[in-house]
Amino acid sequence: MQENSTFTDSVATSRRGLLALAAGGALSAAIGGPRAFAQGSALKLPKASDAVEPFSVSVPRSAIDDLKRRLAFTRLPERETVGDWSQGVPLEKARTLIAYWHDRYDWRRFETRINALPQYRTQIDGIGIHFIHVRSPHPNALPIILTHGWPGSIVEFMEIIGPLSDPTRFGARAEDAFHVVVPSLPGFAFSDKPTETGWGVNRIARAWAALMQRLGYDHWVAQGGDWGAGVTHALGHLRPQGLIAAHVNWQFVFPEKLPDNPTPAERRAIERASWFANDQSGYFREQATRPQTIGYPLADSAAGQALWIYEKFQAWTDNHGNPEDALTIDAMLNDISLYWFTDTAASSARIYWENTRAGLSGLSAGRIELPMAASVFPHEIFCPPKAWAEALWPNLFYWNELDKGGHFAAFEQPALFTEEMRKAFRSRRA
Amino acid sequence: MTRLSSIPPGSPEATSRRSVLRVAAGLGAVGLTAALADPREAEAKTAEITVSPASEAVADFRLAVPAAALDDLRARLAATRWPEKETVDDWSEGVPLAKMKALAAYWRSGYDLRRLERRLNAVPQYRTQIDGLGIHFLHVRSKHPNALPIILTHGWPGSVVEFLKVVGPLTDPTAHGGKADDAFHVVVPSLPGYGFSDKPAERGWGLPRIARAWAVLMKRLGYESFVAQGGDWGAGVTTWMAKQHVKGLKAVHLNLPILFPPPLEGEPSPEEKAALAKLVAYGETGSAYARVQGTRPQTIGYSLSDSPVGQAAWIYEKLAQWSDPNDAPELSREEILDNIMLYWLSNSGASSARLYFESFATDFSRQQLDIPVAVSVFPGELYRPLKIWGERTYTKLFYWHEVARGGHFAAFEQPEIFVAELRKSFAHIR
Repeated sequence: MQENSTFTDSVATSRRGLLALAAGGALSAAIGGPRAFAQGSALKLPKASDAVEPFSVSVPRSAIDDLKRRLAFTRLPERETVGDWSQGVPLEKARTLIAYWHDRYDWRRFETRINALPQYRTQIDGIGIHFIHVRSPHPNALPIILTHGWPGSIVEFMEIIGPLSDPTRFGARAEDAFHVVVPSLPGFAFSDKPTETGWGVNRIARAWAALMQRLGYDHWVAQGGDWGAGVTHALGHLRPQGLIAAHVNWQFVFPEKLPDNPTPAERRAIERASWFANDQSGYFREQATRPQTIGYPLADSAAGQALWIYEKFQAWTDNHGNPEDALTIDAMLNDISLYWFTDTAASSARIYWENTRAGLSGLSAGRIELPMAASVFPHEIFCPPKAWAEALWPNLFYWNELDKGGHFAAFEQPALFTEEMRKAFRSRRA
Repeated sequence: MTRLSSIPPGSPEATSRRSVLRVAAGLGAVGLTAALADPREAEAKTAEITVSPASEAVADFRLAVPAAALDDLRARLAATRWPEKETVDDWSEGVPLAKMKALAAYWRSGYDLRRLERRLNAVPQYRTQIDGLGIHFLHVRSKHPNALPIILTHGWPGSVVEFLKVVGPLTDPTAHGGKADDAFHVVVPSLPGYGFSDKPAERGWGLPRIARAWAVLMKRLGYESFVAQGGDWGAGVTTWMAKQHVKGLKAVHLNLPILFPPPLEGEPSPEEKAALAKLVAYGETGSAYARVQGTRPQTIGYSLSDSPVGQAAWIYEKLAQWSDPNDAPELSREEILDNIMLYWLSNSGASSARLYFESFATDFSRQQLDIPVAVSVFPGELYRPLKIWGERTYTKLFYWHEVARGGHFAAFEQPEIFVAELRKSFAHIR
């Protein structure tokens, strides 16, 4: 995005190269040289200012063509040597996903849906921030900022924006209404990519506080999972003016010293933490230490980018073995396509690098005085016992353990998630 | 591309291949349809390198790269889509964008794409089936009848390419400043899943099994008394051959002695602390690739199979950071690309990663050895093991030398020093 000229050049030359390949090398003359396809392939983000500017998504046709061409030319590795997902996405599942993305998936349908939501960009701390902002028709609605993580995005929240902002249209009460703000993290989707270091969760939290202030909210709550939970915990430490409470669906609470005689719940949490730190941690360590290197294959290979993400939908959702048990293939491809079209593999990976360097990527975010609420979804990567939260959050006011749902709570279980927001924040309303 | 023969007609894969050509042909070059009248036929011009099935016979092998494979590579390189620039001024986020672009540009327009083929085919190469797997190897017999047979094993992200410069001096010392008494018969195999050895289709090809296969190979070549040498995974294989007391093995030489975890006794000395610090730093910031490959080789394989720049970056990072001096290797661009080409042409991103899944967390660890062991420590290596650790681990440590220059890729970086080390150390064994 920031490298428009290079991007267009490479797409242009690539087209030429592939045409030459397809037709046996005699085509360059016919297509009129390397610039023939240069127009409009790259996504161009309007420069953001302090103003809140309306934004809508429009991916050029040429970028969609380019994606399809890459998918069609995918070179695959051999089959895995196991009968399950233990080496990553199985080859047959990969083939199915790639074929579906190429043959059946419709990005324009998603574009229409997202553009039906009011979106904006505004510059905060030097970075253009993209966000969805839906004001409730109910004047006493509670403003909430919902933050996604990796490999999620604003896509996770699309189903819940209506029910949260307009509850009476969805069978709920006006008293449960929210004004909803859903930003894209820096380096994700249509927010700018940071060009300098420093954009860890604390700086993002400060930016979110500035965003809520700019939108005129002086009494608001925050919510997040994954890195969104990291940002939300950081907001809990920061306690910016107006923030009255927060809800997280990943709780960064972990004892400094492990209990000598753990309860069954504690033992399970410790085992899951260990599993996450070992078998599960390849992507984490890579993104935390070499985000640029992993960025090269993911920026260049659509299949590679898709499967890097798809693996996590399988590992972290509440499913019976296949991610499609929890999320539709179209929903997953909406998220994957958003990463692909915005070329944000490296910039999204960098959030791991930033927070790990700052010592902010552990399982504990420490003591938080802000009133905190939590919903624990059973297939979350790590489910701490309530006692661990009570030890770190003196003002814990809501805790609920659900019986279904996983890491992508709002994405997987929009109705349950919406209900959790209503129940959790009911006591915080004026 | 994938193995076309393995794709059933009408499968999503076959369908998408047909659409590829349609997409390519529809990009604006009117009149192409006729040229591509039979898409299936066009597809048959495969970019895949075919390797004859191996038998127990030792069959000659020559690399023959189809022109279509090089056309495909050129087209992919030209089509590279890049991430944005890193946010740092060094290698701490991975390969810097400018470095990667320079290497890719040279690959595309400066490097002779047939160079690797020519270099490999200048050496006698063979394939033979061992334990169900076709093993590719270089084999050069010395003209000196008393030459000592040696099997040299590469690691990741190395290959047989690392040893191309030492084959001549080792086999024909009198033409390279040595004495006839220094002569070796040289065997350089490609690890299973690497280069033009077969890719294992089942689990179990870890270090112990490879070590047994190498013993079979040396026996099949008629060598009853031989030595073994290796670094990286090659040191692992060599260590396991020694541990298994494979028949005929007289001694081993390691340029990465596997002395981790180190055999500490009492309070560590300052030298020990320095070496430990390097191991810890490797574990914390330099080993993510190993965790990814060790836990999800299939997932990372999709990216590496599909994107030549991605595969190159994945390898280049390590060639640069592990050679001496770190980040500014003395290896030429040609040699770096020869090694990368071998991975790309053999499509072994996933299969090479799978060795980590098999052995990294288990067999790649310190083993007590009781046959003669020689060690050369190269200063740019990942860590600098102490002789006392070697003495505590190898009861017949007969040679330990710290050389002046060179890093992890000893033979590749410093062929003359490497050859001198092998001559000096094995002089004790002849």
